[in-house]
Amino acid sequence: MCCPSSLISCSDAGRIMTNVSISPAATPDIVVLDRVTKRFPGIVANDSVDLAIRPGEVHVLLGENGAGKSTLIGMLSGLQQPDEGRILVDGTPTPITSPRHALSLGIGTVFQHMMLVPTLTVAENLLLGGSWWQRPKTEELEARVTEISRTLGITINLHARISELSLGEQQQVEILRALVRNSRLLILDESTSMLTPKGIDELGALMRRLVEQGLAIVFITHKLKEAAAFGDRISVLKLGRKVGEIPPERFRALGEDEIISEIVELMFGKRKDDPEAEEKAPRVLPASAAPLLEVRDIEVPATANTPGLSAISFDIRPGELLGIAGIDGNGQKQLAEALAGQLPTSGGTIALEGKRLDGLSVGERRESGLRYLTDDRLGEGTVGSFPVSINFFLKQVGAAPFWRSGIEQRAEIDKRAGELVREYDVRTPSLKTPVGRLSGGNIQKVLLARELAEGAKAVIFNKPTYGLDLANTLATRQRIREIAARGLAVLLISTDLEELLSMCDRIAVISSGRLVGTVENTGDARTRVGRLMIGLAA
Amino acid sequence: MSATALDTSNGTPARRDIQRRIIMTLGPILAALIIAGCILLAVGVNPLTYYGFVLERGLLSPLGVQQTLTRMAPLLFLAAGLIVAFRAGMWNLGGDGQFLLGAVTAAASGPLLVQVLPAWLALFCAFLLATAIAMLWSLVPALLRAYQGVNEIITTLMMTFLGTSLANVLVKLVFLDPSTTVPQTRTLPVEDRLPRLFDTTITSGLLLGLAAILIVHFVMTRTAFGLKLQIVGANPRAAVHAGLGVPKLTIAVFAISAGLAGLAGAVDIIGVQGNVRADWNPAYAMAVIPVVFLARMNGIAAIGFVFMLSVLSIGGESAARRLGVPHHFTLVLVSIVLIMLALAEYIDHRYNQSRKA
Repeated sequence: MCCPSSLISCSDAGRIMTNVSISPAATPDIVVLDRVTKRFPGIVANDSVDLAIRPGEVHVLLGENGAGKSTLIGMLSGLQQPDEGRILVDGTPTPITSPRHALSLGIGTVFQHMMLVPTLTVAENLLLGGSWWQRPKTEELEARVTEISRTLGITINLHARISELSLGEQQQVEILRALVRNSRLLILDESTSMLTPKGIDELGALMRRLVEQGLAIVFITHKLKEAAAFGDRISVLKLGRKVGEIPPERFRALGEDEIISEIVELMFGKRKDDPEAEEKAPRVLPASAAPLLEVRDIEVPATANTPGLSAISFDIRPGELLGIAGIDGNGQKQLAEALAGQLPTSGGTIALEGKRLDGLSVGERRESGLRYLTDDRLGEGTVGSFPVSINFFLKQVGAAPFWRSGIEQRAEIDKRAGELVREYDVRTPSLKTPVGRLSGGNIQKVLLARELAEGAKAVIFNKPTYGLDLANTLATRQRIREIAARGLAVLLISTDLEELLSMCDRIAVISSGRLVGTVENTGDARTRVGRLMIGLAA
Repeated sequence: MSATALDTSNGTPARRDIQRRIIMTLGPILAALIIAGCILLAVGVNPLTYYGFVLERGLLSPLGVQQTLTRMAPLLFLAAGLIVAFRAGMWNLGGDGQFLLGAVTAAASGPLLVQVLPAWLALFCAFLLATAIAMLWSLVPALLRAYQGVNEIITTLMMTFLGTSLANVLVKLVFLDPSTTVPQTRTLPVEDRLPRLFDTTITSGLLLGLAAILIVHFVMTRTAFGLKLQIVGANPRAAVHAGLGVPKLTIAVFAISAGLAGLAGAVDIIGVQGNVRADWNPAYAMAVIPVVFLARMNGIAAIGFVFMLSVLSIGGESAARRLGVPHHFTLVLVSIVLIMLALAEYIDHRYNQSRKA
């Protein structure tokens, strides 16, 4: 692309280009991502992302769940291949074909979930992956580990079993493993998520010593404080796109609070060229209207992997759009499922038009007019291998007129499915096409048609535009506005603050399974919601 | 992308599709016959002689074809039961235990009931009892799967060991016929068994089996109940999301599947065998599993494949006596066919992928 003459000069030119254009410093980039795009069925996980990784720097990748951090790491560590764009290692375009290949290129990854064998000792774990025909070189390993741990100031007992170590120690072993294999670039994926505060500080100090020795570190997190405390450079990802970068010069110039506020601006702020940005027209709701959906003190016990819910209460009046904002994974999905009846609650009441719904089954709640549009379109919303026509009626199996005495009425089903396809503009080759073959936007239209068609009174949307392209995002938002205008109560759960600000009448913020505050969507709502989201009072 | 792919494809896609399907089915079968032939050569049997003999005894001789059709009766019931379970994503591998318990129940109750009830009612009651016992037997894995999420592959397999042993114990200790020296249950008189079709030796159980598998096919493809089961099988999370009562459906699936296996046992006893001998275990259910996969869990296609299995097993049993090839070789042959079909599928998939790329 940069030069037509030959391959060698092309890569040379590339190296010079990147050195000169991106990094004025003398250190060359170890790895450069050049407009990398990765798509999954129905979702653009990374959209033309540029990234330059330099030795001697902790490069923080910041973003919410679903922002595309894991996909980016997957491509760097050889688990996935980009669909578009290229990865340059030492200035040369290099497809990273496998994790083994990544290691041989000097890219070591410490994944979020520990990848050690708990029943083996530290030494055995470090020796895994050697040639099977050779005796493990234990003495050599011990010498190397002693040397590395001396310079880093950590102590590791090579003969301890992994299961006896704390999570922080296990993580050190994983880092050590990457170093023993001569990694020049160390990727730490959400490494602090399982550590104690003390462990987090230790990890920070360790990272500092590592970069001082000339390593490059990519540190992935969704916690703003850690990013500001440990980073030299911060790249912010949002919905698969890189929305901003704070270079080291700027980083040093700012205090921690200023950096955090700048990040918040990048993560949740509005960009002037953003085509999604549109002002919400102020709406006047009859203040006297009785609430349509009343939720009081919903409780759900937490499990090992999911947060619980405590004392969730809110009202939604007819025609009102209530938004739920918050960092992903703070109980949004549990809230939606508890309301829909998929998740058993341990307390609280739900009433629709004054009629109690708690205690009713999923089907009965739907029958009463409470609809739930899931964010997991293929995982639970549809049966991918079933035709589009059947997926419209997945929640009505056995109901007239589509089934009579339990027998399928194919003509009725096809007739109504045809109407819905036209009405909701579902682009499908035919009604018989398996729904899994459609694009994410069209699957979403199938779900919209299913949940909004006849009898809906209150609708829960969970991340309705997640992973959709712009056109479908706008179309979906338009649908949601229309049903609110029709007088339905709408609960809009979203991690996209922009979306909530452009649509909702009120925005509540969820954190660790409770609603920490509710804000009227007027003038300064953006800052007030932003403050609530990072744990400050509005 | 998909639009252009459609445009560039041949103008008569339907015909090409059928052609491809035929090649994809016959090719692997032919390859399997060749590989099995090599195994036969290795054990010193001329494969052509063997195949010819199997065909002649299983299909072409009048007696052979009657035996083949008779053998189909229990196999069809078993296939029907497996189709229900597999389509709902539940791997009931306990068919043999359920089959034997159904058979023993029928053998124990049949001869007693015909003495007090009209023959047709007696047989009907024996069928019902056999079904009920097999259903009860499936309750343990069903409840474990429905409410505890215990893998039913393990539990049904383990239950089949218990079931075959229990059936044996019942034959030897409880229902033993005191009037013979052979350890077996009392024998149902030939005139009280299911009538034979026309002037042949074919049992009318064949018609019952055909009816069973056709009904199952209809229920699974055209009714709300069948669709619910298919949703559970294809995407259990979607089933929960859609508000289906997954635990109850699970229990229903196990009951139907096991009930049909029990019926298979009953139809073999009441129609053909007349009694259960000690240590009798034809292991039909295990043989039917690959057949159901070959038919891709389609009831109509399963009839054809069950017929093929029947021919192979009747012919194989004769060949075992004449040529000294163990009758288990039938299963070897069926398994090789299955592996070849899977391989063909894989290669076809890879080919399509590379063509798209």
